[in-house]
Amino acid sequence: MEKFEFTSCTTEETKRLAKKLSLLLKPGDVITLAGDLGAGKTTFTKGIGAGLGVTRTINSPTFTIVKEYMGELPLYHMDVYRLENSDEDIGFEEYFNGNGITVIEWAIFIKDFLPEHRLDIDIRRKDENTRIITFFPKGEAFEKICEELVG
Amino acid sequence: MGEIMKKDQFILGIETSCDETAMAIVKNGVEVVANVVASQIESHKRFGGVVPEIASRHHVEQITIVLEETFEKANMSVEDMDAIAVTEGPGLVGALLIGVNSAKALAFAKNKPLVGVHHIAGHIYANRLNKEFSFPLLALVVSGGHTELIVMREHGSFEIIGETRDDAAGEAYDKVARTLQLPYPGGPHIDRLAKVGEANIDFPRAWLEDDSYDFSFSGLKSAVINTLHNAEQRGVTLKKEDVAASFQASVVEVLTAKTYKAAKEYGVKQVIVAGGVAANQGLRNELQLKFNDEIELLIPPLDLCTDNAAMIAAAGSIAYDQGHRAGWDLNANPSLDLEKYSLRGTL
Repeated sequence: MEKFEFTSCTTEETKRLAKKLSLLLKPGDVITLAGDLGAGKTTFTKGIGAGLGVTRTINSPTFTIVKEYMGELPLYHMDVYRLENSDEDIGFEEYFNGNGITVIEWAIFIKDFLPEHRLDIDIRRKDENTRIITFFPKGEAFEKICEELVG
Repeated sequence: MGEIMKKDQFILGIETSCDETAMAIVKNGVEVVANVVASQIESHKRFGGVVPEIASRHHVEQITIVLEETFEKANMSVEDMDAIAVTEGPGLVGALLIGVNSAKALAFAKNKPLVGVHHIAGHIYANRLNKEFSFPLLALVVSGGHTELIVMREHGSFEIIGETRDDAAGEAYDKVARTLQLPYPGGPHIDRLAKVGEANIDFPRAWLEDDSYDFSFSGLKSAVINTLHNAEQRGVTLKKEDVAASFQASVVEVLTAKTYKAAKEYGVKQVIVAGGVAANQGLRNELQLKFNDEIELLIPPLDLCTDNAAMIAAAGSIAYDQGHRAGWDLNANPSLDLEKYSLRGTL
């Protein structure tokens, strides 16, 4: 499986990369973000939001599981951490087949519900500020996006 | 005195945005006639949080029981109500829908006006059941999903001047509690441990930019988790009480200082604390110390801090007076915006 790696040295750089990615996405696209607490998952999502023209503050969706933002495209920001040990479907299909971009944190807890075609992103902390961001595209369309973004 | 007797107003409030299935009847916007709350916290304990589908299923099971109990307690019926107010957002969509659809069914069947209420407006208005507002006022809203500073210049108008950029204060409490292996919900447990512990660990305070009233608790949460992990690796056991006290000291100091600064800058007459974290004794004490008698501080009684429907009826009463009416197309809105909501009332 093809993967694409990017090294970011600052949160600003991470946001710029996410913003650039957002401009390549189309309605219904699903992105998963993996990484430890403090790795920069929310930072990455803020970058995507900025690219989609979301002006509201993007903050943690942990409590409500899903937060929706209106930009040029809707952004659905999910944190499914609370669905661990649960096989509940909170209506994922409607989000995934909707007209917005879905960003999912802790997607491993809902892996049975994830669409086949999606972009998995892993953010790993190298040191205080440096992050290794790895893209795992699932499907041809996302491979092209990654080539354009990182290649 | 040719005083005109004004008819009393009764509003039924319905709240199902998260954990609690709640209904209440409030008289003239300020007096609780009946207040019934069925909590699901027991079933959520197993999951360490709210599970949306479980939440909606429980709401379905509870709602008619809660409805009957509310009217029984008040010795009234739906016919006696002037309007039905319901939380339309924000919250979990499946949970909100139960309240919204119940409200619509009742309003439709009994031909009553329907009023949509923003959950946070409700939390703020819980304080009006205690004391009349004086404007301008500043509200600090702290809960599992929110940390916001809101200025109100008049009834029904809300301006958010600061909010969290990452985790809500209550969420940080829950996550730290989970790391300390404390039961859900974690806030009360940390508060209890903090009382006997010593704040001897220097956790960071996120002040952000000088002129910002925004909050950030994600760094603090990471710092606590890192400290615990590092201690574990070195084979050192930290006292849970001290970790709780140190964590709470950081949260409370930032919340209090920012609230105080904003209260001064905006020249407010009252400061209101709302939301589940307002039940935190550490925060209540610190705010009382800081504001002393300088600016009037309103903190609701404990049962009105957490989610309830009396607050929805109280906020609904003002919305109703301001001519706010929802149509039969009222829908659950999981991401309802408070500032947009407040503008709608003046249209």
